[in-house]
Amino acid sequence: MKDNRGFKFLSILAVLSVAVTACGGDTGDDTTTTTAGVDTTTTAAASPTTMDEATTTTAAPEACAVESLNLVSPGQLTVATGEPVFPPWMGVGDENFDVPESGTGFEGALVYELAAELGFSEDQVTFVRTGFDEAIAPGPKEWDFNIQQYSITEERDEVVDFSDPYYETQQALVTFEDSEYADVSTIEDLQDAGLGAAIGTTSLDFAEDVVQPNTEVSVYDENVDVEAAMNAGQIDGLVVDLPTAYFITAAQIEGTVIAGVFEAQAESPDQFGLLFEDGNPLVDCVNEALATLRDDGTLAALEEEWLTQEGAVPTISG
Amino acid sequence: MTTPPDDIRGPSLWTSMRRPRRHREAGARAAIIAAFSTVIVGGLILWWVLSSEAWPEVQQQFFNPDHFVASWPLVLDGFWLNIQMFAVAEVLILVVALVMAMIRALRGPAFFPLRALVIGFIDLIRGIPIILLILLLGFGVPALQLTGVPNSRLFWGVAALVISYSAYTAEVYRAGIESVHESQRMAGRSLGLTQVQSLRYVTVPQAIRNVIPALLNGFVSLQKDVALVFVLGAREAVREAQIYVASTFNYTPYVVAAVLFIVASVPVARFTDWYTERVRRRRQSVGGV
Repeated sequence: MKDNRGFKFLSILAVLSVAVTACGGDTGDDTTTTTAGVDTTTTAAASPTTMDEATTTTAAPEACAVESLNLVSPGQLTVATGEPVFPPWMGVGDENFDVPESGTGFEGALVYELAAELGFSEDQVTFVRTGFDEAIAPGPKEWDFNIQQYSITEERDEVVDFSDPYYETQQALVTFEDSEYADVSTIEDLQDAGLGAAIGTTSLDFAEDVVQPNTEVSVYDENVDVEAAMNAGQIDGLVVDLPTAYFITAAQIEGTVIAGVFEAQAESPDQFGLLFEDGNPLVDCVNEALATLRDDGTLAALEEEWLTQEGAVPTISG
Repeated sequence: MTTPPDDIRGPSLWTSMRRPRRHREAGARAAIIAAFSTVIVGGLILWWVLSSEAWPEVQQQFFNPDHFVASWPLVLDGFWLNIQMFAVAEVLILVVALVMAMIRALRGPAFFPLRALVIGFIDLIRGIPIILLILLLGFGVPALQLTGVPNSRLFWGVAALVISYSAYTAEVYRAGIESVHESQRMAGRSLGLTQVQSLRYVTVPQAIRNVIPALLNGFVSLQKDVALVFVLGAREAVREAQIYVASTFNYTPYVVAAVLFIVASVPVARFTDWYTERVRRRRQSVGGV
């Protein structure tokens, strides 16, 4: 009886394996290759353009007409941004907090200016939310572009596409007023500081590669969590871009100050760009629109309105 | 009485594998059959996976040897923090949970408020997701900036884990205590032991022995849940893997972290199996309680 059961199992197994061999499995091709990374679907009307990282490309005018844009949802501009959004980038004013549709804030206003330039009306702009880090991951996107203070870096450019820069910034250090690090003047003074930054940000890269403190930099999911840690007194200072630092010290965490702006740059000036799916031809049209906004002074005016602050900020040399 | 003969108890391949002493030949044959069967099944699975179209991509993305080697030291370094956390947490959990279960097992109206407190606490804590508890205690309590209260994220992270797991483990202990026959407690009482004494010397030792597999199961679960402390900024294994992934977009470090967690928990699982088997064998050889 004992033997029968075992043999029964084995025979069933043998039958199954024959069945699977016969009809299962894909035609195993060991030399399968897939088009690495870039998956371009150029619209028929667009003239051939080079998707080079460094050069600015523009498409022929008729390719950027509203009807022929490569959109996720035709007739609508689907813009992704963070969850939640903060001033001075979006949602400025108590009643507008976390309402990107209000068109307030530097990035909020920029989105609507760009949309108008591309030929969309205000109600043709829809906002969706994503996390900061998840959007940089390679793969297809469900939005046309993501605007969330993304710095343009070569690493990221390999898996996503960026527009031309729309803003340039520096990294700043935020500490509590009564912290021993509140009036540092050089990077060496920060060697024993416990710093915090959000994962996947250039602020983190800056903290780790340029500041290089002796204790490990604490890494959090999003900027909000870094701020929570700051509030909890678990880190001495946080590294973040200057406009965000302004908001943190002015409105988010009481008793904080901007200890200083870092003079040093990681590799090149920290420039923000709009983030697109890799190979999206929409980049060219957006770059065109951005160039127009820059040339006619709109970009500078937006910066003046939303991002300029009174008072000088100390610098941290290094 | 010796164990009943095979034809009554219904043999199986597994039973014959477990007692080679009695049927040496059959045991050896069973082992050969098992090995043969494993080779067939394993070979089939491997063939099916490796010949599929998507495998080269999957292998590049998740099992990339270069990234595996590069991220290994970083993730291992972070894993050391995980080990420290679950070692500390487990000891505390076992103690706190036992105390709660013993309080709950006390009888008499005088102890009602204590029992009610423990029951309320267990219900409350079991109703809150661990991640929420970690965020509440890890970010929330230090933000109050009370004097004398530590604001270390590891302290509050481990505290949250201990609180959460004690609630579950207390129920496990309670099941153990209730599984010990009432006569044991009565015997203890009739000898003049107080409630607490009879719990401590009579009931609880037997109870614990009954629930060791369940406790070990909880331990295995805890080993994974310590990773949740990464939301507080702790550089443990998952966070280290995440940092590496964020700069390369290759997900092999996650596999590295998974391997480390598996390596930590498989021995505990096998120990549980061995322990359960030993208890079973001992109980059988006595021939009934």
